Amino acid sequence: MKQLLVFIRKEFYHVFRDRRTLLIMFGLPVAQIVLFGFALTSEVKNISLIIIDQARDVNSQELTGKIKSSAYFITDESVTDYNDIEKAFKQGTARCALIIPAGFGNDLLHGGSAPVQILTDGSDPNTAKTVVNYLTSIMTGYQQELSKTPPLRYLIQPELRMLYNEEGNGSLNFIPGVMALVLMIVCTALTSVSVVREKELGTMEILLVSPFRPLLVLVAKAIPYLVLSLANFLLILFLSVFVLDVTVKGSILLLVAESMLFITTCLSFGLMISNTTNSQQTALLLSMMGMMLPTMIFTGFMFPLENMPVPFQVISNIVPARWYFLIIKAVMLKGLGFGYVWKETLVLTGMMLATLGIALKNFKTRLS
Amino acid sequence: MAEKVIECRELTKQFGDFIAVNKISFDVMKGEIFGFLGANGAGKTTAMRILCGLSYPSSGTAAVAGFDVYKQQESIKRNIGYMSQKFSLYENLTVTENIEFFGGVYGLPMQEIRRRSNDLIRTLGLTAEAKKLVGALPLGWKQKLAFSVAIFHRPRIVFLDEPTGGVDPVTRRQFWDMIYEAAASGITIFVTTHYMDEAEYCNRVTVMVDGKVEALDTPARLKQQYQADNMDEVFYRLARGAKRSAD
Repeated sequence: MKQLLVFIRKEFYHVFRDRRTLLIMFGLPVAQIVLFGFALTSEVKNISLIIIDQARDVNSQELTGKIKSSAYFITDESVTDYNDIEKAFKQGTARCALIIPAGFGNDLLHGGSAPVQILTDGSDPNTAKTVVNYLTSIMTGYQQELSKTPPLRYLIQPELRMLYNEEGNGSLNFIPGVMALVLMIVCTALTSVSVVREKELGTMEILLVSPFRPLLVLVAKAIPYLVLSLANFLLILFLSVFVLDVTVKGSILLLVAESMLFITTCLSFGLMISNTTNSQQTALLLSMMGMMLPTMIFTGFMFPLENMPVPFQVISNIVPARWYFLIIKAVMLKGLGFGYVWKETLVLTGMMLATLGIALKNFKTRLS
Repeated sequence: MAEKVIECRELTKQFGDFIAVNKISFDVMKGEIFGFLGANGAGKTTAMRILCGLSYPSSGTAAVAGFDVYKQQESIKRNIGYMSQKFSLYENLTVTENIEFFGGVYGLPMQEIRRRSNDLIRTLGLTAEAKKLVGALPLGWKQKLAFSVAIFHRPRIVFLDEPTGGVDPVTRRQFWDMIYEAAASGITIFVTTHYMDEAEYCNRVTVMVDGKVEALDTPARLKQQYQADNMDEVFYRLARGAKRSAD
């Protein structure tokens, strides 16, 4: 036991003296949170919109007023020629245009319907669709306002609610994803590198010749990273709550426990990788390519899994981060208890035991 | 007759069809400096790994410090020290931390580690560097420190695997002074080397060729037997017959 403590202390020395590792470890989550939270949001805001109002009547003014006051658009009314719209699209100065033809108010009030034209830059279909949705909803709103006095008889008024995320906060979906990603990178890459480094330096031989039990080498290697990963997890949680205004609905204790499970799984993967290679570069590459990429693609926080072809959906099942992502989402955002995530927990536990088993077994056979 | 600390009888290690170590037999006496020579691929490292308890032999028997290599690997490990050809200390730990770590791994009590560590740092003249990272020391000092760490837990035998690779002649000379000192204190030295002048420093020398022990005697008698002026020539005559290519 005392030997183990001596070893763990040594591992902590390694970690704290290696500035680069520390930077990766704690810089990464901060950078990811900032990036995903502020730069990579899926919401579309501040879209430049050209408005050509050929009607210039009360109704068209009211409608454009509503559009201007929404946070989604930056309007530009300097363009008057229809042909200049495409020019603006090509230059990228505008991504959509609204043309209100002459006689808009008259048609609307007396004719019962009035056409408007919406042009969007379809080269970015997602944005284009979002823009159309925004504009139509503003127009529907305006329509309903007008109809107030003589109420329409059959008006369907859908009331929308985004459950678990009423404000449409884009941070909610990616935070569990970032957690999975960061823990995966930190645990898998750093653990595998730290074991392989001993092999590369030749100190592993010395350790194996010593009476120190080889199994304990792995334990001693894993413990500092377990502690640091937990600190990392808490850092991400802290940033999410205080910087991105995410409320943690479920039990923090359950979150920590599930994260411990995931961290252990990642550590086992790291140890497994370290058994298969003798160079730090290979270990790093393997954990980056083998772990990070699948985590980004198959977890479901960047690309919806439901849209993938079935073979990919099947593959996604073997990515541990996917299960962790589901658990964290359920516990953190929906406030669900263990009763709802036990299946995912079971899968993750199975993965952890399997990889740990393989890692330990291979480590032993390497000796003889 | 001196006490035997290593006894090897018909020791063999086979990997598939390849016989890395072929029925080697020898004894090493207490306090002896035992040189283990051979070209690359001759089976030195494999034999050494078996004796260090890292690997099981395919057949034959061997006892190290009185412990059986099949059944008592743990006891062997407690009684030996090891220094590899690769530099084997942690560069980003200080001199003191390295000593304390390896002392701790061998289960020495902390007070004992502190006491011995202070003595060692004084003897090596590293007092000013004790709190410096090992990576900042010159290679020669590192090597001496590595040797001191390998015998820090007072093992009965220390295995040195090409310990002086890449070290300048003066440091090598000093290094061998340390080896003599350790041997005089009763530690048996089992050393592999490529430098034939170092072979001359050994009490007895074995030359391995193609997994077999081709010669085993004092350097003086080997030179006489092969009518050679130095160990270089002896080695060359023996190794010339090798069929295995170096790996």
